[in-house]
Amino acid sequence: MKERRLRIVLHIVLTAGFIGVLFLALWWANTHLGQFPLRVMRTGAVYIVAAVAYNLVNGITGQFSLGPNGFMALGGYTVALLMLPLPQKQFVWFLQPLMWPFNSFSFPWYLFGVALVLGGLVGALGAVLVGIPSFRLRGDYLAIATFGFGEIIFVLANNLIPLTNGPLGMKGIPEYASVYWCFGWAVVATLVVSNLAKSSYGRAMKAIRDDEIAAESMGVNVFRTKMLAFATSGFFGAVAGGLLVTLITTISPTLFTFNMTFNLLIIIVLGGLGSITGSVITAFGFAVLSELLRAVEAPINIGPIHLPGVAGMRMVVFSVLLILLMIFYRRGLFGQFELSWDWVLSRPGVIRSWVQAKPGATRGVRKWKRETKSS
Amino acid sequence: MSLETFLQQLTNGVSLGSLYALIAIGYTMVYGILRLINFAHSDIFMVGAYFAFFMVAVFHLPWALSAVLAVALTALVGMAMDRVAYRPVRNAPRISALITAVGVSFFLENLGLVTVGARPKAFERPELMARVITIGPAAISGVSIWVPALSVGLLLLLLYIVYRTKIGMAMRAVSTDIETTRLMGVDVDTVISYTFAIGSALAAAGGIMWACKYPQINPLMGIYPGWKAFTAAVVGGIGNITGAMIGGFLIGLIEIMAVAVFPALSGYRDGIIFAMLLVFLLLRPTGLLGETLKEKV
Repeated sequence: MKERRLRIVLHIVLTAGFIGVLFLALWWANTHLGQFPLRVMRTGAVYIVAAVAYNLVNGITGQFSLGPNGFMALGGYTVALLMLPLPQKQFVWFLQPLMWPFNSFSFPWYLFGVALVLGGLVGALGAVLVGIPSFRLRGDYLAIATFGFGEIIFVLANNLIPLTNGPLGMKGIPEYASVYWCFGWAVVATLVVSNLAKSSYGRAMKAIRDDEIAAESMGVNVFRTKMLAFATSGFFGAVAGGLLVTLITTISPTLFTFNMTFNLLIIIVLGGLGSITGSVITAFGFAVLSELLRAVEAPINIGPIHLPGVAGMRMVVFSVLLILLMIFYRRGLFGQFELSWDWVLSRPGVIRSWVQAKPGATRGVRKWKRETKSS
Repeated sequence: MSLETFLQQLTNGVSLGSLYALIAIGYTMVYGILRLINFAHSDIFMVGAYFAFFMVAVFHLPWALSAVLAVALTALVGMAMDRVAYRPVRNAPRISALITAVGVSFFLENLGLVTVGARPKAFERPELMARVITIGPAAISGVSIWVPALSVGLLLLLLYIVYRTKIGMAMRAVSTDIETTRLMGVDVDTVISYTFAIGSALAAAGGIMWACKYPQINPLMGIYPGWKAFTAAVVGGIGNITGAMIGGFLIGLIEIMAVAVFPALSGYRDGIIFAMLLVFLLLRPTGLLGETLKEKV
């Protein structure tokens, strides 16, 4: 018992230390790197928040949601409405006036965190509203309901001009989402979701994923557990949306189309459905790679062969990648493996055993495969 | 609303509904057998319209022949889709199959965007469809007559195939219990292949008629009709073919009538159907004709 408590304290200290080092590195990056790499890093951090939230539903609870774009839109619009300065609001809504109460106030910069949390709560509320009809049924109704929800949000964003300014959207949102805010939320989302996944609620979620009927007969409250996962996911999805609009400083309905969901789906599948570690790493990698993959759309010259650039080729590549992953590499990069301090701390011993037992050197690799293997 | 506008809206709603019914069949048949929401079905619909477009505009084939060829080709595309993408994940967890379906859907859409371009193309409709017919006070375009007539014909043909032929019997058997059917010596994979072919052929017919009704086609044209047809399948009771037909007509009528009665809602047209879907899931999740599925442990 005492040893266990000691280990928990050790893990907390290590996590705190890791976060400290991360933020020192961010401070260095913030003062030394140029605008463009910083922007890519911030986008990566926003993707981490969204992907970790999405994986909680699709990977850990095993429910197929297509809704993150809807939740991100809810958060994005809430934060934009709260943070847009009053003069800018008058400037943006020139066709029809902005509706009360948003036309009478605007949050100062120090309430940015409050705005994000409020946006997150709106997202969680949306998740509960979609969850109630879909979780009463077994099966894939969540996919349909969440897709429908995303479309309803899109239609509302286009038509509720006094609230959203329609297809024109809003511009001139202050760029509050600094490196610290983005990575701060990435850390919070990752810690909350991974601890939730390790808790008894998380074990209930995984039980539902593996066999819903068995879980129910063991006394798991299926409806409540799914709802907890979905609402948490809605919260962080909406926060990611809020960060995104204060990062790119504009918002319009087309920002949150189904393409957003598709990108997130690629991320969590490639990282491994059910692996938060995988989601974090691939989300960040995706933000970087999708900048690099713009090369696919540029004209390419291979010796005498000239391939003209085709806009949209990236999405073709991504969709083929998704299908191939599902057919040949279903476990993704990390399967259901989670990076933990226990795992990190046991490495020196494991490596020593590899070195000592030379003939069985492949054993470690096999063990890694076993650890990361998905069901 | 005067009687003639009502009649016009009614024919409009019926012809739209018959198209939804045609598309909904493909969703409901595949779901009935594989428990898979075939997200790519809406894009198969688009592919059918494009095949017909190319036959007419590029190869200058006669209209009827191009339509038949386009339907046949699309059926082949549907079978290929099943063979290449869905069969390998058939025994995988359900979520993998769904993700594959999303991938196929995105692939077809983006392949369309890359190969034929995002610019909408004008669809040349046959003279038969374009002619305006006046019956009493109402002026009805040929489309509003021919589309429901052809659709109902196809739906009757489908009912004949499903309930009166050997392959139809096999389909019904597979949808009841796939393992037992396999034990009875039925080649389940072939039956599934035929199911995809029939569903895709109907979707292609729907796509071509859709293009006659709204003569502009683009690679993303299938998304909304597809989802509304899926809603129709859910409303009718997913897995139930007659239910999908009824649901299709119902959704088409509701969509047209809601906007006709409340013109202020026209911007919310797509939202209404999805909101209805959520309400329907809440009140009657098994649909109008669906039975509660019992799950065996």
